[in-house]
Amino acid sequence: MPNRIEPIHPEPTLPGAKVVISNAPKVRLATVWLGGCSGCHMSFLDLDEKLLDLAELADLVYSPIADIKEFPHNVDVALVEGAICNNDHLELARQVRERSKIVVSFGDCAVTGNVPSLRNALGLDDVLTNVYHEGPGKAPHGSADHVMPQLLPKVLPLHQVVQVDVFLPGCPPSPERIWAAVSSLIVGDAVILEPAMRTFG
Amino acid sequence: MAVVTLTINDELVSAQEGQTLLSVLREHGIQLPTLCHLDGLSERGGCRLCLVEIAGNNKLQPACVTPAVEGLVVRTHSDRLVKYRKMILELLFSERNHVCAVCVMNGNCELQWEAAKVGMDHVRYDYLNPSLPVDASHERFTLDHNRCILCTRCVRVCDEIEGAHVWDLMGRGANSMMIADLNRPWGESQSCTSCGKCVQVCPTGALAQRGSSVAEMEKQHDFLRWILDGREKNVWEYTDAKSN
Repeated sequence: MPNRIEPIHPEPTLPGAKVVISNAPKVRLATVWLGGCSGCHMSFLDLDEKLLDLAELADLVYSPIADIKEFPHNVDVALVEGAICNNDHLELARQVRERSKIVVSFGDCAVTGNVPSLRNALGLDDVLTNVYHEGPGKAPHGSADHVMPQLLPKVLPLHQVVQVDVFLPGCPPSPERIWAAVSSLIVGDAVILEPAMRTFG
Repeated sequence: MAVVTLTINDELVSAQEGQTLLSVLREHGIQLPTLCHLDGLSERGGCRLCLVEIAGNNKLQPACVTPAVEGLVVRTHSDRLVKYRKMILELLFSERNHVCAVCVMNGNCELQWEAAKVGMDHVRYDYLNPSLPVDASHERFTLDHNRCILCTRCVRVCDEIEGAHVWDLMGRGANSMMIADLNRPWGESQSCTSCGKCVQVCPTGALAQRGSSVAEMEKQHDFLRWILDGREKNVWEYTDAKSN
């Protein structure tokens, strides 16, 4: 007699991932877009058919590709793309940290500041003057007019404003890197990336 | 030359007296990260990545400028060494503007690769974000101080191999800068022969061919072996040198 205590349904398996019982509660996954070009999210979408495997195991509870207005509570894994450039980013980053078990610095902008941080060497006033005051139209001031979020004096990597659990470098991280990290995270494993999978740029 | 015996990672190893520890380690297949070292150039001991532990000495020593002497007990890999190598790379990344994603050397850069190998996946220090110039005055090459790690390979290759000594370091510490001809624009240098050796030995995107775009720059170090073999052994086999 086969042992019927074992789950009857075949369990979904992922390459390199632990077997997960199909009726287990799904992992609550969020993706966040701060000061970046969305290239990391494009690369995430390039997971292609693996997105179906992911959907078996995780619910996307917040993302720029889903119309959810507020970052929810009890998130298991949050992938955060982009650097911290302004007050809005700072506020959302803190909310993400508060409401998520694992925060992933997703891509070079979140990990290093990358291209958005190029303005740090120029000085904020000079940047605004160059882009707006010397160009056409009216310059936004930020915060005081309650229309534009106020720019921070310096663009910062995510881990300088909140505690980060996993770093996933790359501009953008390739789908292979993203899968190596995400497939481990959603089954509760530690993320271990080979050297070639953790280069900047 | 006298032969000496030393202990490396608990194994007895023979070496020639006066040989550097780094060359002994490489002969025995032990890989250490390096940035300022380049086969064929004199040693500088500047990047500190090849630091090793030597028994009886609490200070870590750079293997590239430490001679092999009788009875030396050396350890090349430990948690302490990995910790310091990581810190050194983090400090290099935080000191100037190394933005791999928009660098001519992206994908071919020695700094980028050493960081990945040692497991440096983020920088724990504040980025200094200094405002540094790019010297594009030379008709064939560019110097981007934002990417320079002050390894002085360019200084040494220009002095020791080309014999022109265009390059020098000006200033101290983090304020040090590469300068051509007592600090004039590279394009106005009267000693530069435009040979491009400095560009080829540069480990990062600091020196590049003019007009290279992101990730387009690849460096060829093998010309150095070819020149040295020709001068020292009178063997001028460029094709062999290229395929090695």
